[in-house]
Amino acid sequence: FSKLKFIPNRSLIKLFHTDTSNVIKTKIDYNSQQFINNETQMKQLVTTLQKRTEDIIKGGGEKAVKKHTSKGKLLARDRINKLLDKSSAFLEFSSLAAYDMYGGNINAAGIVTGIGKIHGRECVIVANDATIKGGTYYPMTVKKHLRAQEIAQENKLPCIYLVDSGGANLPHQSDAFPDKNHFGRIFFNQANMSAAGIAQIAVVLGSCTAGGAYVPAMADESVIVKQQGTIFLAGPPLVKAATGEEVSDEDLGGAELHCSTSGVTDHFALNDDHALHLAREIVKNLEKPKAETFDQEFEPPLYSSDDLYGIIDQDLQKSFDVREIIARIFDGSRFDEFKKKYGETLVCGFSKLYGKTVGVIGNNGVLFSESAMKGAHFVQLCTQRNTPIVFLQNITGFMVGRQAEMGGIAKHGAKLVTAVACSKVPKFTLIVGGSYGAGNYGMCGRSYSPRFLYMWPNARISVMGGRQAAGVLSQVQSKGKNWTQKEKDDFEAPIIEQFEREGSPYFSSARLWDDGVIDPKDTRKVLGLSLAAALNAQPEKTEFGVFRM
Amino acid sequence: ITTRRWNSTLRRIDKLLIANRGEIACRVLRTARRLGVKTVAVYSDADKNSLHVSQADEAYNIGPPQASQSYLRGDKILEVAHKSGCQAIHPGYGFLSENVEFAENCEKNKIIFMGPPASAIRDMGIKSKSKEIMSKAGVPIIGGYHGEDQDRAKLKAEALKIGFPVMIKAVRGGGGKGMRIALTESEFEEALESAKSEAQKAFGDSVVLLEKFVQEPRHVEVQVFADMHGNAVHLFERDCSVQRRHQKIIEEAPAPGISEELRAELGAAAVRAAKAVGYVGAGTVEFILDRKSHNFHFMEMNTRLQVEHPITEMITGTDLVEWQIKVARGEKLPLTQEEITLSGHAFESRIYAEDPSGGFLPGAGVLSYLSSPQVRDDMRIETGIREGDEVSVHYDPMIAKLVVWGQNRSESLLKMQSLLLQYNVAGLETNVNFLLDLVRHPEFISGNVHTNFIKENNDSLFKNKTVTPTQITQAALSVVLKDELLDMKNAMGRNDQFNPFVVESGFRINHNLIRDVKMKFKDEEKLVKVKFIGHNTYHISLDEGKTWSVVQGEFNKESLKSTIDGITTSVNVFRGDDVIAIFDDSGKVEFNLEKPSFVTIQEDDSSAGGSLNRAVAPMPGVIDKVLVSAGDQVKKGDSLFVLIAMKMEHVVKADRDAVIENIYFKVGDNVQKDVTVIQFKEENVSS
Repeated sequence: FSKLKFIPNRSLIKLFHTDTSNVIKTKIDYNSQQFINNETQMKQLVTTLQKRTEDIIKGGGEKAVKKHTSKGKLLARDRINKLLDKSSAFLEFSSLAAYDMYGGNINAAGIVTGIGKIHGRECVIVANDATIKGGTYYPMTVKKHLRAQEIAQENKLPCIYLVDSGGANLPHQSDAFPDKNHFGRIFFNQANMSAAGIAQIAVVLGSCTAGGAYVPAMADESVIVKQQGTIFLAGPPLVKAATGEEVSDEDLGGAELHCSTSGVTDHFALNDDHALHLAREIVKNLEKPKAETFDQEFEPPLYSSDDLYGIIDQDLQKSFDVREIIARIFDGSRFDEFKKKYGETLVCGFSKLYGKTVGVIGNNGVLFSESAMKGAHFVQLCTQRNTPIVFLQNITGFMVGRQAEMGGIAKHGAKLVTAVACSKVPKFTLIVGGSYGAGNYGMCGRSYSPRFLYMWPNARISVMGGRQAAGVLSQVQSKGKNWTQKEKDDFEAPIIEQFEREGSPYFSSARLWDDGVIDPKDTRKVLGLSLAAALNAQPEKTEFGVFRM
Repeated sequence: ITTRRWNSTLRRIDKLLIANRGEIACRVLRTARRLGVKTVAVYSDADKNSLHVSQADEAYNIGPPQASQSYLRGDKILEVAHKSGCQAIHPGYGFLSENVEFAENCEKNKIIFMGPPASAIRDMGIKSKSKEIMSKAGVPIIGGYHGEDQDRAKLKAEALKIGFPVMIKAVRGGGGKGMRIALTESEFEEALESAKSEAQKAFGDSVVLLEKFVQEPRHVEVQVFADMHGNAVHLFERDCSVQRRHQKIIEEAPAPGISEELRAELGAAAVRAAKAVGYVGAGTVEFILDRKSHNFHFMEMNTRLQVEHPITEMITGTDLVEWQIKVARGEKLPLTQEEITLSGHAFESRIYAEDPSGGFLPGAGVLSYLSSPQVRDDMRIETGIREGDEVSVHYDPMIAKLVVWGQNRSESLLKMQSLLLQYNVAGLETNVNFLLDLVRHPEFISGNVHTNFIKENNDSLFKNKTVTPTQITQAALSVVLKDELLDMKNAMGRNDQFNPFVVESGFRINHNLIRDVKMKFKDEEKLVKVKFIGHNTYHISLDEGKTWSVVQGEFNKESLKSTIDGITTSVNVFRGDDVIAIFDDSGKVEFNLEKPSFVTIQEDDSSAGGSLNRAVAPMPGVIDKVLVSAGDQVKKGDSLFVLIAMKMEHVVKADRDAVIENIYFKVGDNVQKDVTVIQFKEENVSS
């Protein structure tokens, strides 16, 4: 059979869909200077992103990699590639984690996480990268591990832990060990996910010391590699210090011991390949409670995703029509718009993504009362029908001023926030431009638990724009003083600079405020993969809070 | 000279039993069906699901796989003929086709044997007798000793009289069995012993004859046909000179480089030969033709329809099976000599499951992939095997015959090349690549054929094959695309084929997946890096990432259409568990895929103790003799056991001094290739 049968080709689609009334008609002038400028700028941003990613996936550098592979061990990403179905896509999260933190080079926070298919089933994979400081856990490593577990928990995805870690990074232990969402939470999550029927599988490919020992011990099933994997609560040096007993790694906690004597591990593997093969076999035998499959033929968007580079201006104050973005993400560039003529600054409607219906909410300017009410209505609608929602965020905030306040913008905005907060349908957020102030809340920012949140490389996130913040602060500071323009500028410049730095998607992604910075061209794929992951969980019933009328 | 005539009225044949299997059974079936004759097939247990069984109107099981207990059991076959109400039996070739007793038993049972009278079979089956008859009929024969005195000293004296080289042949032999060549006097005794013992075993008769051995002979044979009314014609000659292991692999008609006079002479001699034995039906008179002098001598007469009969049909526009049926009914020959005309040139290539570079050792196994071209009027594919069928160790390992016709020899040869290129087999070793090299060989193209052709051109025919970057790229691309298709197929099974994880194959965030495809061509490791770029688009590097080619590709069934650096080509591809085969202009190029390391580690563990510490079967076959017992001390070079595979016996010898620890098989057991038959004791490893 040919794969062609399933990838619709455009001439065929024309036969199926004679109705083009809901196809978005682009108004983009591809030859305009603005489009060309935008495209050039976005290309630079994407090139930088790819370059940084390229460096990050090299792991701990040539020397560490060589040392690792010379032992016959595979690199973290190679392990994942072997674990997954051969042609499976891999939705990797937060490869920019810990970017420019801890003095640099803690690439991807020393841990690779993401979702891929194993025997046709989406699974969350958490793989330590032992080439980076022995795979030890920095605070961001912990955060990234926990985020992956959260994704698994929310979307009901089996977890496979590829363990090769020396445990907590001791110099940073205070930010990684004691608090609620620190190291211990990993095992709390394992226990509770297991209780919820979410398979927990550990593959011990290296050391698994102290707290780390609980990853395989808490797993439903575990695999360990002969003369390579070790599990012990205390390593030989600590044992000697504590009891005087002298013992080798292998005798203290090797595969032979744990598979034959202690029973800490279940499957004995000869090497990495074998271990990963065994892990695949374990997943093969899991029951399949998948809620929904992708069985509908779909159309690709009518317009090329390449155009996305040219739509958004780097100056986020310049407006654009969010429908141009929608037209380049969803099936057939089709969009059944809801309440088109009402509250026009918030665009709402239905599209399909890889054949699945989704609600789409996008910003076309500042939120007014009407826009907020329309948004709340639409979220309720999607919730009622169990339709996942995609938020396309580019928001400076809600309208301010006496007129707006008088019209009850606060209570209308609260309706949108309530609806978004309470809705249990899968929510996906993509920040395509600015994400400022309360707009971030209404458009399902990180605090509103979207299943996944991504940013474009041009995006900005902060409580308000740098210039506005500097303006507010200089007004407060200069009250009663007569500042010259230079004095004002000197005061404002570092504030603007700080907001600029902290509002960058790299700053955000390094701290796990999102699940990754993506190439605009890949938006459809990334959202599709996220949707595919989310549809593993059964729909949940939503109860809304009180809407202030 | 006895001539027999049947003056009876026509005999009825409306139901025909075919006492054979494989392609010839299918071939006979086809004509019978065309003539409205019902067909009955017989089959052994091994052939239960064979093509010939499924094509026949009725089919009867006649016993276990061994031919001696099935296809050679004349009694059972006659019983089936009676039970099914057949008036005639077509014996095909091989098996009972030249069995005098069977022909006689048919006659006794009032069943028409579709072959010559038993007397003709007998006369022609005994070499000395046949030569005597031919000599009397004025057919030139070759010098030799055909006497009954088999005393070894006498034979040696006769051999010296004839002059070396001398050929020793079993009187009742055929198909190369019981035949040895002694190039010099010193080789004579050993060759004689070997020929005699093989003949004794095969035919129950160790009587041999001696013949002058012609060094560069051509094997030219003439198709003859005779009816019961005293008419005999020839249908021109075939050249079957190019042989390996004394068996034909490629035949052509007419013979190249033969003058019209010589052609007429050969034909006339063959007709004389047929008449001399009172021949009826299809027969072939074989001649040795001296390549240089064009002198020819009668060699033997085959009293059956030959494997290579289709090329005669192609150049004469006849259906010889139809002729056989008509003659058996008592009809006159459909054409007179004058009406038989020669038109164009035909070739036949025999596709065998065998390993040309391994001494043409026969193979067996499942034909896991078979793709054959559409047949046309000028091309025939005679086969009894379909994809998924097994080439059994019990019978001839022929898979198919490719037959083509062209206006002239070069046109015909060109068509044969293209036919061979399109005949794609994987799963077992075949001689297709070898045949391709053969038909492309300048000497063959020039028509300079003789029976030592392969030996003489050994170096140019067995050149060390290399692979091109394009082939490596196609192979790696095929591995990746086939994996994708497999994932897609699995997704279909789950109704999840539009899942983005499947559709966006190999997608990675902000970087590209690079897959290492490790393959082996012969013993050469090939590492190919495949970078996933987009739907069906890849960058492929053969030099560990230094340079990359832009590659696009997709499969349409088994055909890979790929564009590599702007050049688009289509090739057939077979992907097995650990093998990938590309079929392109050079024939088949096969790569072994890397097995997961844990599989090989486990396998290595199981063979600990040394791979040389045992004797293995060199090919699939049946154990004919075990010459040692457990505990025996053997010396290097001692014979351990005898394996029979495809009409040939193979003696496996000890490769070291050793003590036999265990013998895992007994006489009559089937063994697969590389299976340990005899295990030596450990302690001898170091000594």
